[in-house]
Amino acid sequence: MTKLDAKIPEGSLAEKWTKYRSSVSLVNPANKRNLEVVIVGSGLAGASAAASLAELGYKVKVFCFQDSPRRAHSIAAQGGINAAKNYQNDGDSIFRLFYDTIKGGDYRAREANVHRLAEVSGNIIDQCVAQGVPFAREYGGLLSNRSFGGTQVQRTFYAAGQTGQQLLLGAYSALQRQVGMGNVQLYARHEMLDVVVVDGKARGIIARNLVSGELERHFGHAVLLCTGGYGNVFYLSTNAMGSNVTAAWKAHKKGAFFANPCYTQIHPTCIPVSGDHQSKLTLMSESLRNDGRIWVPKKKDDPRKANEIPEDERDYYLERRYPAFGNLVPRDIASRAAKERCDAGYGVGASKMAVYLDFAAAIIRYGKAEANKRNLHQVSDEEIQALGKEVVKEKYGNLFDMYKQITGEDPYEQPMRIYPAVHYTMGGLWVDYNLMTTVPGLYALGEANFSDHGANRLGASALMQGLADGYFVIPYTIGAYLASEIRTPALSTDSEAFVNAEKAVQEQIDKLMSIKGTKSVDYFHKKLGLIMWNKCGMARNEEGLKMAIAEIQELRKEFWSDVRIPGEANNLNPELEKAGRVADFLELGELMCKDALERNESCGGHFREEYQTEDGEALRDDENFAYVAAWEYLSESKFELHKEELKFENIKIAQRSYK
Amino acid sequence: MEGNLNLTLKIWRQKNAQTAGKFETYQVSGISEDMSFLEMIDVLNNRLIEEGDDPVAFDHDCREGICGMCSMYINGRPHGPNKGVTTCQLHMRSFQDGQTITIEPWRAEAFPVIKDLVVNRSAFDRIIAAGGFISVNTGNAQDANSLPIPKDHADDAFAAAACIGCGACVAACKNASAMLFTSAKISQLALLPQGQAERAKRAEAMVAQMDEEGFGACSNTGACEAECPKGISLENIARMNREYFSAVFTSK
Ligand SMILES: Cc1cc2nc3c(=O)[nH]c(=O)nc-3n(C[C@H](O)[C@H](O)[C@H](O)COP(=O)(O)OP(=O)(O)OC[C@H]3O[C@@H](n4cnc5c(N)ncnc54)[C@H](O)[C@@H]3O)c2cc1C
Ligand code: SF4
Ligand code: FES
Repeated sequence: MTKLDAKIPEGSLAEKWTKYRSSVSLVNPANKRNLEVVIVGSGLAGASAAASLAELGYKVKVFCFQDSPRRAHSIAAQGGINAAKNYQNDGDSIFRLFYDTIKGGDYRAREANVHRLAEVSGNIIDQCVAQGVPFAREYGGLLSNRSFGGTQVQRTFYAAGQTGQQLLLGAYSALQRQVGMGNVQLYARHEMLDVVVVDGKARGIIARNLVSGELERHFGHAVLLCTGGYGNVFYLSTNAMGSNVTAAWKAHKKGAFFANPCYTQIHPTCIPVSGDHQSKLTLMSESLRNDGRIWVPKKKDDPRKANEIPEDERDYYLERRYPAFGNLVPRDIASRAAKERCDAGYGVGASKMAVYLDFAAAIIRYGKAEANKRNLHQVSDEEIQALGKEVVKEKYGNLFDMYKQITGEDPYEQPMRIYPAVHYTMGGLWVDYNLMTTVPGLYALGEANFSDHGANRLGASALMQGLADGYFVIPYTIGAYLASEIRTPALSTDSEAFVNAEKAVQEQIDKLMSIKGTKSVDYFHKKLGLIMWNKCGMARNEEGLKMAIAEIQELRKEFWSDVRIPGEANNLNPELEKAGRVADFLELGELMCKDALERNESCGGHFREEYQTEDGEALRDDENFAYVAAWEYLSESKFELHKEELKFENIKIAQRSYK
Repeated sequence: MEGNLNLTLKIWRQKNAQTAGKFETYQVSGISEDMSFLEMIDVLNNRLIEEGDDPVAFDHDCREGICGMCSMYINGRPHGPNKGVTTCQLHMRSFQDGQTITIEPWRAEAFPVIKDLVVNRSAFDRIIAAGGFISVNTGNAQDANSLPIPKDHADDAFAAAACIGCGACVAACKNASAMLFTSAKISQLALLPQGQAERAKRAEAMVAQMDEEGFGACSNTGACEAECPKGISLENIARMNREYFSAVFTSK
């Protein structure tokens, strides 16, 4: 019936990974030297996989489109990374991290993978510290933790607001060490434009040298895609400008199933759009919700400034609706609640598409505590304010500065204006327990796969997953495949499969260059983004999704007849790079809408307006939709759905409640 | 038209590494104060595309001041007029209506121009590959809390590790020296107990690679520190010199 085999090992949940590791096939060191692995992507997933596989002795090639592997989008992660270390003695455990992740994902992730993730989470922190990652520490010299949404323990490790940067620089230095030793060949400013499949197995890639424009063929006994998420299908997102779906989409068209494409995470606290010129959106870390209170005026279209609105005319709607979790409800819930208020006409700011995130109460609370600590009496209100601002500055200074830099407003004096923005994509290439896609020899790691977060990702879990996949999972699971490849000699890249793949890529480039239309790539990208945001964003319904599919098909036609790409193909040409990426987004967008249309329930980041409880909460349908939707590509606009049923044997599936 | 800033831009245009470059002058109008500097360039580029011209090539990715990719030399200063701000985080409210803005690539022998404002900074990657790491293979680590590190050491190491590898320090220096960048990594690892075993070897190897790449010597003008968007301190250079000289004296 189904073509999907998740290859989940036998045994009890807690024993699966241990047993697997001690029974998986191994490749002996002499053979490893003859096995080549192509890794596309140098973010947390790619850099950690490349360093680890090279250390084991494999011959590795790494590709990234930026000028250096250190610039992969992982660098921008702010808040932190989870691990079940239980250093705080607050009741954390591997099972609890597993449980929180499955529940946070609204019961749409695979148990065995998530448990393995929780099992290796502690090793990640050990490895990073050994590499010299400067995590935040307490005065006693031990590691410090903070808490994140959707959990009741403190298990998040961090390095100020730059955790992703520090983790990536750790992985990057491990990678560069292997480059220096000659075990890894680095191809920066290279973009992979297709997977080469020979006799049903992935055997390499076609990449474009972005400086010279030349197409190159690269052989690998296995190919790893560590190419990140596709949030930029919405044009505006918190992702870096270059983040894209091209690698995953090309793989999809070569036979890799795409899973749960409609699961998108919309982060509640981002700086709102300021005008048509907007090129990207900036995240204000989830950690701010520890101290900031979210509100809108009780009166519609209130013209007054925030500071002029008295306390009893403010609606702290998260505290009102969710007294148990208040401002710290999970991301999907906080985002929908903000949209609900703004749609109802209570939004603030010039665009009315924003809500306040207010630190005034926290400033006074910290100010008073500080005055007590310093034994100050008869302090004036101004002094309390000043003391409080100092504390807030120490905690969130870099975020407040960034907010001021972008908006020109001072968040110490007036509340921040925030609005939800596209942030992360839970969907991605379908992979089995080994992280292999439905194409033998082709793997997907990190945000590029669909694996661990179900329908909603918890904060600080993406960094954990990227590094788990690269450092601790793939070095074992790739052996299961490569052990049977030791007799396969390196294939010549002059073979027919390589030649044909290159030819197809060249044809697409020629076609794009020859259109010579009237509109820029951005014009199409912005239009696509609006369709996706309005009809496949925070809330979706049948009618809108059907319209979106038709509109996207129309836009795609227009793109292929009217896009204008200046310059030449044999030179650095950022417009040509963008065009290729937008062409793929124009196909992916359609599949996302189809997936959203097919899933007649609401879960996590996927909110179908037809399926909600009386008080407007997401209404899951476990009887009919407890499955992973894995789509097979047939031809343009034609996809076939395969279902991987999700079995919950270790967790009691329940309605999520944060009230 | 979203705003009311009208500006004259003098931008370095260069087709590729083999061709000589020159300044071209462009007018942009209706620029909003809320735009970032790169969004202002986006406006210009969209117009150039519509007019059938080649848009200005420039490096950028995160537009959040953290990836280190953006790199414009604006009115004689790397990353423009504001302290502690990368090009992508610079906003147009820092400029006045009618102003002329000159935009160039980083200038350094070790950073050859690829096209327009895009340069090749792979020399930095090679400096890191020479020794900017701790040699610990995956799986060899002990429990993270078995190695307490005093908070102030950890904080100092973090401050040095905040370098984004943008290369503004090199662009700011009249000798195109890479001392600030290299010293930041050497300092980070020298300040941590994990980094001790390879301390001497690391300093020697990284300095040697830096010289081989063609970066200039340091003449202590402090321009690098003044222009560094991440506040990397000159103290790191002093520490690197100590590390290097003690390594050279004790080795062989
Ligand atoms: C602003 C922000 C803050 C975040 N904060 C947190 C946080 O605090 N905690 C947390 O856990 N998660 C956070 N996340 C999510 C997390 O950062 C990402 O999910 C994660 O870093 C993705 O890592 P990755 O290795 O999968 O991919 P990426 O880091 O995105 O790397 C992708 C790599 O693939 C390469 N690539 C892509 N396509 C091609 C191609 N066709 N050819 C060649 N190379 C290609 C790129 O060059 C790059 O090297 C945050 C995300 C954002 C946007
Ligand atoms: S030291 Fe400063 S200026 Fe130099 S590369 Fe690092 S961040 Fe950029
Ligand atoms: S674009 Fe990333 S630092 Fe400026």
